[in-house]
Amino acid sequence: MADREYDVIIIGAGVVGSMVARFLSRYKLDVLLIEKDSDIGMGASSANTAIIHAGYDPKPGTLKAEMNVMGNQMFDQLAGELNFTFERRGDYVVAIGPEEFAKLESLRQQGLENGVPGMVILNGADVRRRERNINPEVSGALWATTGGICDPFGVVIAAAENAVVNGVTLMTDTVFQDFIMEGKRIVGIKTNRGDFRSRWVVNSAGLYSDVVMHKAGLRPEFKITPRKGEYYVFDKAEITINNVLFPVPSATSKGILVTTTVHGNTIIGPNALEIDDKEDRSITREGLDEIWQGAINLVPSLSLRYSIAEFAGLRPGGNAPCANPDVKYDKDFIIEIPKQVDGLVNLGGIESPGLSSSPAIAVRVIDLLKGAGEKLEEKSEWNPIRRARPRFRDMLPTEQKLLIENDPSYGRIICRCENVTEGEIVAEIHAPIPARTYDAIKRRTWLGTGRCQGGFDTPRVVEILARELGVSPLEISKKGKGSEFLVRPTKDKEAE
Amino acid sequence: MLKEKYDVIVIGAGPAGLAAAIEAKKTGAQDVLVIERAQELGGILQQCIHNGFGLLIFKKDMPGPAYAQHFIDELAGLHIDTLLDAMALNVTSERHVYATSRWSGFVELDTRALVLAMGCRERTRAQIALPGTRPAGVYTAGTAQRFVNIEGFMPGKRFVILGSGDIGMIMARRLTFEGAKVERVLEIMPFLTGLTRNYVQCLMDYDIPLQLHHTVKRIMGNDRVEAIESVQIDKQRQPIPGTEETIPCDTLLLSVGLIPENELSRKAGVSLDSVTGGPFVDEKMQTSVPGIFAAGNVVHVYDLVDWVTEAGLLCGRNAAQYAITERKNHGRRVKMKAGDNVRYVVPHVMDKESLAESAQRLQMRVTLPIEEPVWVEVMNGEERVTRKAELYVRPGEMVNIDIPQSAYDAVQRASELSVRVVRR
Amino acid sequence: MDVTMEGEAVVKMEGNSCKRGIDYVTGELKDPRRMVTTTVRVRGGVHPLAPVYTESPIPKPRILDLLAEIRRIELKAPVKFGDVIIKNALGTGVNVLASRNIPAKSEAS
Repeated sequence: MADREYDVIIIGAGVVGSMVARFLSRYKLDVLLIEKDSDIGMGASSANTAIIHAGYDPKPGTLKAEMNVMGNQMFDQLAGELNFTFERRGDYVVAIGPEEFAKLESLRQQGLENGVPGMVILNGADVRRRERNINPEVSGALWATTGGICDPFGVVIAAAENAVVNGVTLMTDTVFQDFIMEGKRIVGIKTNRGDFRSRWVVNSAGLYSDVVMHKAGLRPEFKITPRKGEYYVFDKAEITINNVLFPVPSATSKGILVTTTVHGNTIIGPNALEIDDKEDRSITREGLDEIWQGAINLVPSLSLRYSIAEFAGLRPGGNAPCANPDVKYDKDFIIEIPKQVDGLVNLGGIESPGLSSSPAIAVRVIDLLKGAGEKLEEKSEWNPIRRARPRFRDMLPTEQKLLIENDPSYGRIICRCENVTEGEIVAEIHAPIPARTYDAIKRRTWLGTGRCQGGFDTPRVVEILARELGVSPLEISKKGKGSEFLVRPTKDKEAE
Repeated sequence: MLKEKYDVIVIGAGPAGLAAAIEAKKTGAQDVLVIERAQELGGILQQCIHNGFGLLIFKKDMPGPAYAQHFIDELAGLHIDTLLDAMALNVTSERHVYATSRWSGFVELDTRALVLAMGCRERTRAQIALPGTRPAGVYTAGTAQRFVNIEGFMPGKRFVILGSGDIGMIMARRLTFEGAKVERVLEIMPFLTGLTRNYVQCLMDYDIPLQLHHTVKRIMGNDRVEAIESVQIDKQRQPIPGTEETIPCDTLLLSVGLIPENELSRKAGVSLDSVTGGPFVDEKMQTSVPGIFAAGNVVHVYDLVDWVTEAGLLCGRNAAQYAITERKNHGRRVKMKAGDNVRYVVPHVMDKESLAESAQRLQMRVTLPIEEPVWVEVMNGEERVTRKAELYVRPGEMVNIDIPQSAYDAVQRASELSVRVVRR
Repeated sequence: MDVTMEGEAVVKMEGNSCKRGIDYVTGELKDPRRMVTTTVRVRGGVHPLAPVYTESPIPKPRILDLLAEIRRIELKAPVKFGDVIIKNALGTGVNVLASRNIPAKSEAS
């Protein structure tokens, strides 16, 4: 709880905060990354469609468009350096019927304006050839070859881990409460774990970016309205979609997708429901019905029999007008060093295409700091490479054999459906950003996401966590304090 | 020490697997192996500490672990290999088994007959798309049972149970015995889906209310379950507005159905019945892949373990007979090898008995041309089985040689025949 | 199923499909009994609990007392299937036995 001096404090360890931390870790700066939850990436970054957008969708001239296209281009190199899963598959905006086909060309033009390369309009027959189960009324598609899919939490952990290994300090369970100001200069922050002083603060608090900036008296009219999006996940053995399929977009959202994921599952969603509660990720009957209706419009042969999971994500939807007054758009990103206070890099409303934009936003933050006079001196020992830890299920039998010979704990399968081994779980518990809860391990290893949804692995994971952390199984939780699995030993109380 | 090739490998050491392994050995299979993912034999029976097992087979009513102990003891006396704490990763239709365990590492095994006895898994919250938040405190009844009976921990204090199947009702009593409060049991159907006896002895005895025509409308609570919103449903299974009730609790137990565990069945390439969820089987419990058998809950869900044992015994007997026949037939097969100056021989393998019916033709190509008279010879080691004269041999011209029926006895003696070309 | 009582005796039964029904109903009405299964603590075993069962049914009103009695016990591994955990539990004449073997921890490989 002691005071500490930093050069930069980053509020929020989602994909944006983690990317900023990673890119900042290159320089001789003391950086602190704080996160209110028990693990990184539990906000908007935790649940989304996992798409790296091509960039034809945002309105030209907006920061969304600029950051999307720039970020998209960075993903190949970044995936190579940080070793997260990324596949540049291309995506399709699918037109059903002749009226929708007419809209594809204007979308392509918008893409060209945004600087998106590699877009082609396909006819219905082309699309049917590439995706056998597509609605037979398909009239064509916009094929954007630069679109991609990734493991979204994999991006967050890879960036944050690389940052930590390169010297960034990460503190979870640390809640921002207020700024410490000297006149109009921000000199630090107050948190539930004490005060911290710094020369710069970066607001990357996602769903709470409005709350944070209001504490500095900035943009009182700016408001984050969470928009919930629900998803179904399907059994990969039963349903195979080859591609990323968008519908023709509407005014409010990119629409309900049917898409494959890097794990091989097909997912459908999201809808877009405005809510008040920034922590409400509940699944609703109405939401599921809505995404179902949208999905079968693209792929009529889907069957709910084969759904194995549902989840919901929250978009931090902002209401900031585009910084360029000539562009009529009122939901743009905020990426600025505001004039009213000193020492703040203010990011707000980073909803979709936030994941795709995240590396570009990080680069932009650094440019802003340089523009404000920061002398960013490079560390000679900066290591941009983060090596991936072994994933048993992705290895060939000969590789698996070798892995087990070196460490027998990789021979013990804990999650049957996804073939996740004890060795991997233990490695995540002792990683640079340790996993200490069931969900943290689930996010990192993908355990418990298959057909049995944790039915088999939960008791074993609780046992392993308790053993490795040196605590009683009663302290092991699903997602942090208050979500413990077990309440007492069986024989602890008299039967009533 | 594990063997490289077994007569019968059984995957799963629950009641079906144990019965199959024991019966396979007693029927005459020489080498039998059981692969089990838990650290002990017995399967799900070890956590089914309630009674109701063995009434048919042993004419006694006993708890699950006791029922299992009988078979575990019998297996121990029969020299059956076991591989515990081991997961079968993959099985092929050629009955090649890949398994991994902490103790023996990555193992590849071959077997003449395979028995799938992996049991079943529980239907999950996600599969019934239960709306609401995703807090801690939502368990399938079996997972809760494991915690309470094996790990020794209570997963909650106040419970609501969805599903009036036997597992749900048994757990209602179990939790009550250990000092927890079961607030309600909800059942979507208009009838009890488990045994009446369990309704009397698990719910009525402890004044636990059962509501038919009811289900969970949504789960409430952010970090931990705080309440369940229940709702009554009509004849079309639609919720009746206005009948919602918020039941405070900290745990929801789901007892909403069992599904055969078919990961491995799929990998083995057996045909699955979409109605049962398990493999198609014939009267021998053989699947659509010859030599692969299945028994127990992995085929379809049973309600009495005694019948699972019966199925396992039947399956084990047939699997053993298949393996024994395979052993015999293997002795009947002779491999063809390419000898001097021969690049390859087709067929690669031959049933020796086929010579009883007719001569057998071999076809080959030579590696290098010999523009002189040669013998093409079929050899069993140094013993010549038959030969044929050729004026020359060239790689571009295929060569035939027939093994005559008169060579039957000579071929019976061989396990391998080689074909070579020598100058005359 | 219809049951007609005269005082404490079951006089007539209709609708019961099993001969054992009369005994069962008589039993249920006058002296309901239950088989009891639960777990008991084990020290030094491969599991922290051993499942136990009553050899025959005990009177229903005594179940909670029996559970309390079992709760007070801690066994030392190894436990063998059939071990008598409590002889003549609560004077009912019924023994409580172990339902399975629980080997001592060091035995397991």
